[in-house]
Amino acid sequence: MTELAPSSNASSGLRRFLWLLAPLLVLAIAIAWIAAADPLRSFNNGAPPVETITFERTVLNDGGIRVQIRAGGSEDMTVAQVQVDDAYWNFSMAPAGPLARGSTAWIDIPYPWVLGEAHRVKLVTNTGTTFEHEIAVAVPTPVATQGQLVQQAIVGAIVGILPVAIGLMFYPAMRNVGTSGMGFVLALTVGLLAFLLVDMTFEALELAAESAPLFQGPAMVILAALATFLILMGISRRGGRPEGLALAFYIAFGIGLHNFGEGLAIGAAFATGSAGLGTFLVLGFAIHNVTEGIGIAAPIVRQKPHLWAFVALTLVAGAPAVLGMWIGSLAYGTQWSALALGVGAGAILQVMVEVTAFFLRGSGRQRQSWLSPPVLSGFLTGVAFMYVTAAVIKV
Amino acid sequence: MDNSVDLMRRRSLLLGGLAVAGSTAVLATSAAGQSMQGHDMASMSDPEELPADPYAAPGAHEGGHGQMTTVGTVDHQQNGFDPTAMLTEWDVGTVSTMDDGRTLRTFEVEAIDKEIEIAPGVVFPAWTFNGRVPGPALRAKEGERLRIVFRNYGSHPHSMHFHGIHSWRMDGVPGSGLINPGEEFVYEFDAKPFGCHLYHCHAFPLKRHMHKGMYGAFVIDPDPDLHPEYADVARSRLLGTPENARWQELVMVMNAFDTNFDNENEFYAVNTIANAYSQKPIRIEKSRPVRIYLVNATEFDPINSFHLHANFFNYFDTGTTLTPTLRTVDLIMQCQAQRGILEFNYADHEAGMYMFHGHQSEFTELGWMGMFDIVEA
Repeated sequence: MTELAPSSNASSGLRRFLWLLAPLLVLAIAIAWIAAADPLRSFNNGAPPVETITFERTVLNDGGIRVQIRAGGSEDMTVAQVQVDDAYWNFSMAPAGPLARGSTAWIDIPYPWVLGEAHRVKLVTNTGTTFEHEIAVAVPTPVATQGQLVQQAIVGAIVGILPVAIGLMFYPAMRNVGTSGMGFVLALTVGLLAFLLVDMTFEALELAAESAPLFQGPAMVILAALATFLILMGISRRGGRPEGLALAFYIAFGIGLHNFGEGLAIGAAFATGSAGLGTFLVLGFAIHNVTEGIGIAAPIVRQKPHLWAFVALTLVAGAPAVLGMWIGSLAYGTQWSALALGVGAGAILQVMVEVTAFFLRGSGRQRQSWLSPPVLSGFLTGVAFMYVTAAVIKV
Repeated sequence: MDNSVDLMRRRSLLLGGLAVAGSTAVLATSAAGQSMQGHDMASMSDPEELPADPYAAPGAHEGGHGQMTTVGTVDHQQNGFDPTAMLTEWDVGTVSTMDDGRTLRTFEVEAIDKEIEIAPGVVFPAWTFNGRVPGPALRAKEGERLRIVFRNYGSHPHSMHFHGIHSWRMDGVPGSGLINPGEEFVYEFDAKPFGCHLYHCHAFPLKRHMHKGMYGAFVIDPDPDLHPEYADVARSRLLGTPENARWQELVMVMNAFDTNFDNENEFYAVNTIANAYSQKPIRIEKSRPVRIYLVNATEFDPINSFHLHANFFNYFDTGTTLTPTLRTVDLIMQCQAQRGILEFNYADHEAGMYMFHGHQSEFTELGWMGMFDIVEA
């Protein structure tokens, strides 16, 4: 089938319709499943009323401990008392009074927390039910001062922008590769994208598990990914199949969303004090992400883009890490991070499909098999490189 | 890759990481850590208007507990019992004379399911004797015939098991006075030995029936005629005598509540209401001696304790002697159902607030703490 052949317009339209129908069907099934399943996990003992509290944000400062909670009860819930480290403590709550399902409130506790040590906050509701939140390592929550934002931007640039730029610097060398080399590079790109897809999906699900049950975390992540995938596929296929610079920008966009998620996680780690952000870790992120630049460069090796294109690609892929750092350090609810990562996973899936399609079109002309040694080794090298370098940043 | 960061809790890495991020300087300014925060003395003049500084030592106006307290007030009216009134409330029953001339003392006790507010805003589905936790503090005199009419209006089988000397048929265990809902049983026995005792429901599962609130103090005063060698002491213990009236007698049942039913207590108290006596201190006149009938009805924790601040006391374990079993101590331990009598005074003290609490710090901070307000009188 040739895309532009007028005779195949009808069948092509039908095929596109079917293409869109299949995931929509999956989407419909997923929605039905959500409706049928009880979204409140704690509904397992039959003791009325069901009460759920999720701790969404924790802020430590001179005034003590502040936590933002989200209620998920079957009825309005009332926080009656607050313990910190097994001691009842003075507190104030805003807004005061009962919490409707899904609503949030801040609880201020003038507790003298100790730098670098662990604390446990426990809420006792009017029914005597308790909800506990562990502060694993107490450090002051960053505030959005100019100096702080600049320093976070530097870390964001190191883990996001710098490696993408370095990866793109492989571009001149990549221009001279032959057919096999091209197959290798494209397969490498698909391999690294496959790693990112798996990694992001699991991470999103993990974060989703920590968020309030009413967000139905896992379903939210999967649906967000599916929706993003569909939207981006729809957009990218409007003007034909994306190639060259357009494809490079799609890859950069997907990777940018991934780096945004990475920035969120690092920023959140700052906020919660659980960041073991040593030098080797930052370097690990940088090395880990160098491949991203190679992947972005892969579709344009047969073209001669302007320098501005490289700058733009670098920023699209890398700058979101800085933004992520800023937002993440303000300790927002995990559901937003999970959602961002879900969207990112959908975007990665879309570019995987497009890069694969791009490769298959090319290999069709050049008789290169998907399972030929250079291609297979490229894919496996991409996965393996990401896996090995990820080991540095997993602790 | 990202979530790894969340998992990292190694502080050595943390410090390195903060340095790398270059945020050390920013964080250090707000890091309170273990060092005392310098605070503005001017702010002390109007403490109510300003948010509490968690790192400043609490002032005297904060009532000894500082910020460490439950928040709010309990509706004692709604509960039907007041912890302050409970300290001096004795159920002496009704007295009649039997054919043989002996005194017959009759108590009436009902088992009732009742929701009670054990701390501000926290409602506990209790099982009670006479609608209160602890149950009525029963008081009799050594040698009297006691008759306790027990009616079970609760939803489960219950009993009254007295710590005392009696027949197996009156023991309140299965087969002897453990009755179903809607039934009645009359326990009858002689009041002996004199001392500070307790009663509690002995239905199984025992832990559940105990921590739901089914216990109370059971005090038998010594008969001075039977203890000529210590007649004065005995008279001072006998309710209704002028010698006894001198004393400021308090009954304190140390108890706790497992509000989320995980076999660990969320609230500790004396006489049920967490922090009741730290928020409303117990008034004590310094010229009159103090006697506390102390009972440990705490479930789940094997031991509770009583520590008196800035003073020492004599202790009569189980109250079955007229001379102290421990002299000049400021701390005693009681295992579950252990009890005893504390005697002390503040005659030579400066008037003011004096603390008392269980000396398991966990219990203290979960509500078992109170204050004596020692006044010139």
